[in-house]
Amino acid sequence: MEYFVQQLINGITLGSIYGLIAIGYTMVYGIIGMINFAHGDIFMVGAFTALIAFLVLVAFGVTAVPLALFLVLLISMALTALYGWTVERIAYRPLRHSFRLAPLISAIGMSIVLQNYVQVAQGARVKPLPPLIRGGYTLFAGNDFTVRLSNIQIIVVIATLVLMACFSYLVTRTRLGRNMRACEQDLKMAALVGIDVDRTISLTFVIGAALAAVAGLMFLLYYGVIDFFVGFLAGVKAFTAAVLGGIGSLPGAMLGGILIGLIETMWSAYFSIEYKDVAAFSILIIVLIFLPTGILGRPEVEKV
Amino acid sequence: MPQNSEPIGPPRVITATKQAATAALVALGLFILLIGMRTDQGPAGALVITARPGALAAIVAAVFVGSLLRGLLWPHLTAALRHIVPPSTGAKATALHPYFAPALLAFAVLVPVLFYRNSYALNLATLIATYTMLGFGLNIVVGLAGLLDLGYVAFYAVGAYSYALLAHYYGLSFWLCLPLAGILAAFAGLLLGFPVLRLRGDYLAIVTLGFGEIIRLILLNWQDFTGGPNGVFAPHPTFFGLPFTDTSNGFAATFGLTFAPAQRAVFLYYLILALALATNWVTLRLRRLPIGRAWEALREDEIACRALGINTTTTKLTAFAMGAMFGGLAGAFFATRQGFISPESFTFAESAFVLAIVVLGGMGSQLGVTIAATVMLSGFELFREFEQYRMLVFGAAMVAVMIYRPRGLVSTRTPSVFIHERKPVPAAIVQNARTEGRT
Repeated sequence: MEYFVQQLINGITLGSIYGLIAIGYTMVYGIIGMINFAHGDIFMVGAFTALIAFLVLVAFGVTAVPLALFLVLLISMALTALYGWTVERIAYRPLRHSFRLAPLISAIGMSIVLQNYVQVAQGARVKPLPPLIRGGYTLFAGNDFTVRLSNIQIIVVIATLVLMACFSYLVTRTRLGRNMRACEQDLKMAALVGIDVDRTISLTFVIGAALAAVAGLMFLLYYGVIDFFVGFLAGVKAFTAAVLGGIGSLPGAMLGGILIGLIETMWSAYFSIEYKDVAAFSILIIVLIFLPTGILGRPEVEKV
Repeated sequence: MPQNSEPIGPPRVITATKQAATAALVALGLFILLIGMRTDQGPAGALVITARPGALAAIVAAVFVGSLLRGLLWPHLTAALRHIVPPSTGAKATALHPYFAPALLAFAVLVPVLFYRNSYALNLATLIATYTMLGFGLNIVVGLAGLLDLGYVAFYAVGAYSYALLAHYYGLSFWLCLPLAGILAAFAGLLLGFPVLRLRGDYLAIVTLGFGEIIRLILLNWQDFTGGPNGVFAPHPTFFGLPFTDTSNGFAATFGLTFAPAQRAVFLYYLILALALATNWVTLRLRRLPIGRAWEALREDEIACRALGINTTTTKLTAFAMGAMFGGLAGAFFATRQGFISPESFTFAESAFVLAIVVLGGMGSQLGVTIAATVMLSGFELFREFEQYRMLVFGAAMVAVMIYRPRGLVSTRTPSVFIHERKPVPAAIVQNARTEGRT
């Protein structure tokens, strides 16, 4: 029982990170109907930006961890958002009227570019960061197992909740959010009623990338080690989460993220750790085949 | 804004400079941390950073100059290009086909004669032929049937491991294993095909990616059977039973030749050339059969396909099985050439690479695939010292091709069905049909 509770805590933490990445997938898919294959690598760029920003701040003498982390958060959100904007501007916008698979192929190209760019610029070796946030609480101790809730886990979950709240507010209450929802329903109609579609799509990418940057920072703090390839697996799992929750649905992305996090943790804990990625991919395939609209998604009507 | 007439407003120099300054500013933001700083592991194990202001300045300056030149010269450049290369050239270029393809084939056959002493060139030619064959196989799935397969390397892996494991556990020879590898890979194709029948487009692509990764992870983790990360040895091929060794029952001794290691290389080259040509021939023939026409119809419009009474289930399954079979044959060849295989050779990057060959070559064009494989692999060899940049360049090339030539380098299509004479369809028409059909 204690073991189970511990895995539950770990799974929810991991799932929060996936959920933050999944939002980027789900928003972009909702609006322009493409899988932003490079989004996982945007997350990786976010993690690297956070790591380097932190080291630079330390070099400049900012050693108070809370202040440094807050600044790192802002810097990495801003710079990663710039990456999101640039990727959309260079690789996706010119293809908006091209054939069906063109944006996806372009996105795969972009993903390869980002991975290898970081590999060339920062080296292929893993980058470790010593744990910055230590400590935690012992919830309850069983006979031979103690359930611990670490501070970093609390921070990850709280940050995710706060961001989700801000983001929901943005989508449901602001002008930008209204534009985004209009674009999601019908791009052409939205343009006709005077919405700047290009700008709205750009901002969608910017917001998605900023959230991915937060996820990158959380990932860095939680695992303490990153390399240029972390974006691939995390991206695929987050995409699975987005589909599981119902692509296009924001609460769905979060729900899907938590579910994927839980499944992955439980699978590693009770079955086999070697096959945890097989489990993630299998779930992806099973969900896409049997539940393509996801848990909270709307069925897609195909029009000729 | 019209491109050829001078727009009203500030002169072009000023707008171009403004644009270039913005681009440089964006580049500064993008690269300030990831290129301007470098993290390395210090002696104590902790990360240390070193600033690289020179590299940062260079790249930002390059972006500024590039953007400025583009802004100033782009209208002139496109006008000049249109003057030198009229838009109708695309159709004319394909008029070379009747001479170009046989010339290429003759050269391919003569490669071992020309480069008999040059084992490096022979190895490169073998590699090119291997990837051309993979490109042909994937072309059936992606180029003809329009099903984007991101896990093609799985079939390559199934073929390679089929041969290696059958030889390892049952001692079967390469010539027996080759068809078996093809059949097993085709079954793997069906295995993938069945569940994904209902999916289309992007979802299909992601599922195939998942399938490819699952196969790789199983090969990696099923240590007792596949050897896991340590890989498995695959025997070298024999000339229909005669080994390429310096022994009395070897190939050289049997035919009264002096033994030379190059004999095996030449044999391997002709083997893969024959396999690739067979793939090409089968593909070209299939395109004219009802099934091939159904594939191409499926690529253009699935709903219309169904409305016309085409059985999309069998159409998709045969496309997957066919493509997979050729991938499996290439895999068996890869195993026997390498003599050793491990899951490392079958990553997603490999799938992406084969896909890039098909995409750059022009989806559906056999000649395009050949040219793309030759250009890319030779390019990799030419710029070997810049090895770390090559994936970067080829990712960028994928994006650029999608933007500027979405139909690939050889973008004209030779129709499979025609009246009286076979006229190539210019890319522009293909393109227009695509975009108009899409809204």
